[in-house]
Amino acid sequence: MASTAQKSAKSLSHRHLLSTEKLTAPEIEFLLDLADKNADSPPQAEKRREVLRGRAHINLFFESSTRTQASFELAAKRLGADVLNMNVSTSSVTKGETLIDTAITLNAMRPDIIVVRHHAAGAVELLSQKVDCSVVNAGDGAHQHPTQALLDALTIRRAKGRISGLTVAICGDILHSRVARSNINVLNTLGARVRLIAPSTLLPANPERLGAEVFTDMWKGIDGVDVVMMLRLQRERMESSYVPSTREYFHFFGLDHEKLARAKPDALVMHPGPMNRGVEIASTIADDPRSVIREQVEMGVAVRMAVLEALAMNLPKK
Amino acid sequence: MSFNPAASTRKAGPPTAFINARIVDPETNRDEPGGLFMKDGVIADLGPHLRRNAPEGAKVVDCKGKLLCPGLIDAQVFTGEPGYEHRETLKTASHSAAAGGVTTMIVMPDTDPVIDQVSLVDFIQRRARDNAIVNILTMAATTKGLKGEEMTEIGLLKRAGAVAFSNGKTSIANTRVMKNVLLYARDFGALIVHHTEDPFLAGAGAMNSGEVATRLGLPGIPKMAEIITLERDVRLVEMTGGRYHAATITCPESLAIIRHAKARGLPVSCGVSINHLTLNENDIGSYRTFLKVRPPLRKEDDRAAMVAAVANGEIDTIVSSHDPQDADVKRRPFAEAADGAAGLETLLAAALRLHHSGDVALPTLLRPLTVNAAKLFGLPSGRLQKGAPADIILVDIDEPWVVNKDLLRSRSKNSPFDEAKMQGRVLRTIVGGETVHEFSAPDRR
Repeated sequence: MASTAQKSAKSLSHRHLLSTEKLTAPEIEFLLDLADKNADSPPQAEKRREVLRGRAHINLFFESSTRTQASFELAAKRLGADVLNMNVSTSSVTKGETLIDTAITLNAMRPDIIVVRHHAAGAVELLSQKVDCSVVNAGDGAHQHPTQALLDALTIRRAKGRISGLTVAICGDILHSRVARSNINVLNTLGARVRLIAPSTLLPANPERLGAEVFTDMWKGIDGVDVVMMLRLQRERMESSYVPSTREYFHFFGLDHEKLARAKPDALVMHPGPMNRGVEIASTIADDPRSVIREQVEMGVAVRMAVLEALAMNLPKK
Repeated sequence: MSFNPAASTRKAGPPTAFINARIVDPETNRDEPGGLFMKDGVIADLGPHLRRNAPEGAKVVDCKGKLLCPGLIDAQVFTGEPGYEHRETLKTASHSAAAGGVTTMIVMPDTDPVIDQVSLVDFIQRRARDNAIVNILTMAATTKGLKGEEMTEIGLLKRAGAVAFSNGKTSIANTRVMKNVLLYARDFGALIVHHTEDPFLAGAGAMNSGEVATRLGLPGIPKMAEIITLERDVRLVEMTGGRYHAATITCPESLAIIRHAKARGLPVSCGVSINHLTLNENDIGSYRTFLKVRPPLRKEDDRAAMVAAVANGEIDTIVSSHDPQDADVKRRPFAEAADGAAGLETLLAAALRLHHSGDVALPTLLRPLTVNAAKLFGLPSGRLQKGAPADIILVDIDEPWVVNKDLLRSRSKNSPFDEAKMQGRVLRTIVGGETVHEFSAPDRR
């Protein structure tokens, strides 16, 4: 199993990318290899513009996003696609159209790829059932955000040379995090050990069943890890009594030099962004040489290009 | 372990031997003639061998066969500092405590401002250190402003020295908030102390719901308001694993919930106030507002059940629930009068009623007044043990006296026991080796 896990596939056996749950290790390696090449080749390479030439790519974002949407748009454009950004605030969604009606309407325009972000878990899958094109989940509620997990995996692989055998701590608001859920799948599939660190109020029920070790004490959870992945804490969590204050949260669950000193000396520090400096991560650590937060953004475009390319392979020929 | 800085700065008295005493240690069930030797603020030695012989160089106190036991730890004391200093300060409360044999009191966060910030915990500790003559520890608020909505910085407050967390005189009505509080507190090993009364069911009630309330024409508070909240809380403990202490229960139904929870191994305990062990709703008589307390005084059967529970060890703590209120808020029509009764100074004497009536053996009675609270809040005191702090009281358990509210040391005089006959008087109170109170008759300060 371990040996086959390192081998990469030649294609993706799915029409959509909705979740990291069903991705096999060879499929993930295939996507990461593809992304690796993208990352190393000049961004304006003319040859790649053939991959999605004449294809219609729609970014359908029901939840506001700057970086993910920009990243997908750039990836699609570099591959030569015609990109349409659906701005939800001006769309028919606000006029009361249901998600399914939106899907049917969009489908009538014959797109090739739709990238969807929605605030409700399962919404992207529901939409995917009503369209004939490929659908990429760019985040659905607290469920999944597959391209984030893939770009995190690529960042780790490029920095560490491997993922198998590493110990990765994911720290913060696990309860509301699609990033955590997607990452747990990918990291476990690739043979890493995953730790979850959070106050009990920010852990979902039975977190250990996701295939991770659970810690409510960050000093213990971070001990000896290779990678520290911090999650964003939203301000609303204070009002809903999940945690008392940003001060207390930073004290016990924020990444500072004292806690980071417990990780391996060459530990990577990651964050999916946008960061709350001084809440979940000390400002100086965000800018520390161990931080690969900037690389994560860079890998975002490479990974999304790889995903679009892999899905395009399965699209009917024009 | 957090402990009152007052204890460390207090200057311990000279090495002293208490000989010819009846030594009672509720932790070990020791009850025998003997003596005790204290030095440098701690108990250096104790036992029958010190009954007649004091160590050389020690100051000798002949106890004349009177009771020598650990000073009381009162786990629920309301003061007026900060915010209502005209009712009580930490200083006046500590003098009242010392006279009542209370060597450690845990003050509640219901002040103005509410003790819901690290700096306020610090304030209480400093004021206690500088002004109080007994140990004062503080509970911090469970939710900001005691509003029951947003939890406080439980981790940082515990670090600052808060021994537990309480929502004061109000229950957290929002079940989700209560769940999160218990869950979050569990991560820090923090104890949640909760007043159990459903605010919607209690409504504008002024006393226990029942015949007496009906005859007096007063709106009632059904005991179901307590039972439902307690039952809910225990289910949440089951769900979260948080440590939970029901502040003051008043009826056998609540007791059954606690008993059942303990049998299931849940980290649950309960307290009862001295008022609910010694008084019942009939004592309200013709609208005596000094007997208006929260939770309300219940029926005689309820009181008797609470006493039986003390006797069989099911009650973890007995508290005074000392709540000084001035005449302005007490001299009002019953329904409009403030809740609360002063009780620090009468706590031990009132508790001894249960002993004199033959209901409860002395070590059994002292346990919820001393060592149980020490264990619950992680304190080294509350026991007669070598190395333990010399927080000790000398008591004449038989001396009769009549309570005169004007002679009480509390700044507020709202004692429900005014003019009541008591049996048992604190002769001397020692905190950290220093005598902070000595009885002298006639006691007119």
